[in-house]
Amino acid sequence: MINYKEIMGKYVSLEGGIIEAFHAIQKEMNYLPEEAIIAAAEVFNIPVKEAYGVATFYSYFSIKPRGKYVIRICESAPCHITGADDVIKALENELGIKMGETTPDGKFTLELTECVGQCQETPVITINCEPYVGVTPEKIPQILAKYE
Amino acid sequence: MAEEFRIVLRNMGKIDPMKIDDYINAGGYKALEKARSMSQMEVIEEIKKSGLRGRGGAGFNTGQKWLFAQRMEAKEKYVVCNADEGEPGTYKDRVIMENDPHSILEGMAICGHAIGAGKGFIYCRGEYPSLAETLKNAITQAKEKGVLGDFDIEVRLGAGAYVCGEETALIESLEGHRGEPRYRPPYPPVSGLWEKPTIVNNVETFANIAPIIEKGSAWFGSIGAANFPGTKVLTLTGDVKNKTFIEVPTDTTVRDVIFKFGQGMARDKKFKAVQIGGTSGGFIPESLLDTPIDFDSMRKAGATLGSGAVFVLDEDRDIVDVVTRIAKFFEHESCGKCAPCREGTMRTRRIMEKINSGRGSKEDVALLERLGRVMAGACLCGLGQAAPTPVITTINNFGIDYNAKLQ
Repeated sequence: MINYKEIMGKYVSLEGGIIEAFHAIQKEMNYLPEEAIIAAAEVFNIPVKEAYGVATFYSYFSIKPRGKYVIRICESAPCHITGADDVIKALENELGIKMGETTPDGKFTLELTECVGQCQETPVITINCEPYVGVTPEKIPQILAKYE
Repeated sequence: MAEEFRIVLRNMGKIDPMKIDDYINAGGYKALEKARSMSQMEVIEEIKKSGLRGRGGAGFNTGQKWLFAQRMEAKEKYVVCNADEGEPGTYKDRVIMENDPHSILEGMAICGHAIGAGKGFIYCRGEYPSLAETLKNAITQAKEKGVLGDFDIEVRLGAGAYVCGEETALIESLEGHRGEPRYRPPYPPVSGLWEKPTIVNNVETFANIAPIIEKGSAWFGSIGAANFPGTKVLTLTGDVKNKTFIEVPTDTTVRDVIFKFGQGMARDKKFKAVQIGGTSGGFIPESLLDTPIDFDSMRKAGATLGSGAVFVLDEDRDIVDVVTRIAKFFEHESCGKCAPCREGTMRTRRIMEKINSGRGSKEDVALLERLGRVMAGACLCGLGQAAPTPVITTINNFGIDYNAKLQ
């Protein structure tokens, strides 16, 4: 059992530190469980609805369980015109899941994202924030193999 | 061959960004020392006279902004570096910070001296966690060396919200809230972070500060366009041969950016359109390519300099499809606080999808134009105000493409 209050305690002295605290929880869990949000409200002395409001505002926070590796596919315009849709299809085929889903073994989650600032070569995907640029459907198996 | 002119990327490739000694040996932190021997007003006058205008997209005179905060009497003031770059096609701030983190710290510390602030924050976008470590390393080394004096800097990581690039939304996020923009006035230099006078400047703006203090306002003012002097870092994406980043004087034309620095069109296709300034920028046709990239010239041409993203499309691209994708972006990134943006971005996306799938009519195009006017005037922040720009500029400049898809 993870002690949420202990993890978040480090950030209490930071004014406005709840976002840093949520990052710390997600490092452990890859998502923000309901108990963690309730604990955050207590630690930062704010109503639960406010803690929940923060947790659900930012796209990097998830209140749903996710896989060990979160794969994000950029669909912003520069990636869109260079074949992001093909990469999405290839990833869905390779993993047997749709966007927004997690593989049954809990390993991979697929998410769409907007620009991740790696536009020197498009399309771009990130796996747990590690960027891969100039991705093609052919490269997908090789990239995923690193995470087996 | 057109040449780059490097001010903000002056140390790129010359120093190890992880070593403060490299930065100091390259003349780093001398400008801060010089600024501290000057009065607050002398520093602000120098920045003001240089003509430096914000590089985040709004183009406001930096020295003037600082003056607003300096004039405020407050026990605490803050300096905030906006490193939440989120404009699709833009990665210039990442390149600057990856290669020369100390130039940002030095610029922030000079600002701190000028306005009387003892604390700074760097709000780094959540997509760049390793960059946050580079910045933290730089801060630790600067503290060990004592170069920052009593000016303290903290790095905070965002969590994926485009709207947080808007300065009051960024401030809300720093305070630990949802990143929704505030009503203005008051503006941040009067009442910002925790209601204290706050200067929020872009990464690229801060990177320009030390060279201006060191070499003087006359030197800086003589570079590039008179009304928007200095350089701009641009990132080239889409159908150009050389997808790269460049730093060029602000009087460089869009044509030179694409055909000299970008080495022209990829696959030897014909040029069709370029969107400058990020996804909220206008699309311009070939007839406007001789426009210089500076803020005012771009605005006169009905375009934007914005973040400096240069997204090039060739003759084969379906511009209505691209704009439909962009409309979805704004619907996703609208924070939902104000109705004109929340509803407007959703309606824009729906109408664009209708047109893109061949079910649209002339009335739909007219509706988009009307909706665009309402949003530009009624939305609370720059996100909603600028969201119609790609739609309206493509209707105006590439109406044929829309007509081809209408019923």
